[in-house]
Amino acid sequence: MSGTGSNLCELNRQLVWTGFKQLVPISFFVILFGAAFGLAATQSGLDEGLTAGMSTLVFAGASQFAALDLWGPQVPVVTLLVTVFAVNARHLLMGATLYTWLRDLSPARRYGVLLVVSDANWALAMQAFNRGQAGLGLLLGGGLALWSFWVFGTVLGICFGGAVHDPRSLGLDMVMGCFLLAMVAGGEMSRRTAIIWTVAAGASLLAYWYLPANSHVVVGALAGGVVGAFTREKKNEH
Amino acid sequence: MSIDSAGLGALILVVAMFAVTLATRWGGVFVMSFVPINERVKRFIGGMSGSVLVALLAPMAVAGDGGARLALLTTAVVVLVLKKPLPAIAAGILAAAVYRWL
Repeated sequence: MSGTGSNLCELNRQLVWTGFKQLVPISFFVILFGAAFGLAATQSGLDEGLTAGMSTLVFAGASQFAALDLWGPQVPVVTLLVTVFAVNARHLLMGATLYTWLRDLSPARRYGVLLVVSDANWALAMQAFNRGQAGLGLLLGGGLALWSFWVFGTVLGICFGGAVHDPRSLGLDMVMGCFLLAMVAGGEMSRRTAIIWTVAAGASLLAYWYLPANSHVVVGALAGGVVGAFTREKKNEH
Repeated sequence: MSIDSAGLGALILVVAMFAVTLATRWGGVFVMSFVPINERVKRFIGGMSGSVLVALLAPMAVAGDGGARLALLTTAVVVLVLKKPLPAIAAGILAAAVYRWL
């Protein structure tokens, strides 16, 4: 109904291409990270085609690495799926934050865009929305960039894995961490935001130390959300 | 319960991982379509959006090794000084690599 609202939810080929290009620089790191996964998977005894298939379908690096830890001649199914769910549960919250921007799309488009939701493109899209810019192109185009480079990297790792045998020694395990921190630290912070984030960080750490593995992101984010629900920004608007 | 990872078993495992991950990608939006969006829900969602990142980063910064901490510190400093994310990310990764190499 309102003109500005519909503009923000715009999604056309131009915006998708722009979004794709914006994620290309970070995607080069994703190639290296994917190559590390491809190599690690081969070393864990995964079939080559299956490794590439896993990156193509699952497209969630942290959970894929976690799966390798459980991989062997016999794989405990329930443990594997619970681990994958726990590591990826943050997607549920990310999807919820996107709902306002996605609800006017047709179901096919809405759930189609969500196929490629990942940390980096989500963070950039939310940043755009919060600045009053269109973000869905970043979400879809950026997601396609991350996804294609992730699969490409995985295949490289399967074929020429020797180049990245220890991603940690190259600092590559910190790619996403540094990226996400750059997103967080780049924005301006109100007093309310500072309180929300402090609670989120504290809850996350407590969960990390005292609750089952991989629960910390969801616990911290929900704690931050609850503080958000019960506090208001001081009104300084003109 | 375990599945033999030879042959078809491995394929079943990968498809099951895909299904679980897809459920997490779709589930949030799906559930929200049944939630009435009022002011409080909006503030909850808003508070949660930055908190996802903070909750992801906090254990990395506190419980990570020296390389991880130095990487995050470097990224934070560079992004605050230069206001540009890419050099900050590159500097962070480099810092971790150098720290672990030394």
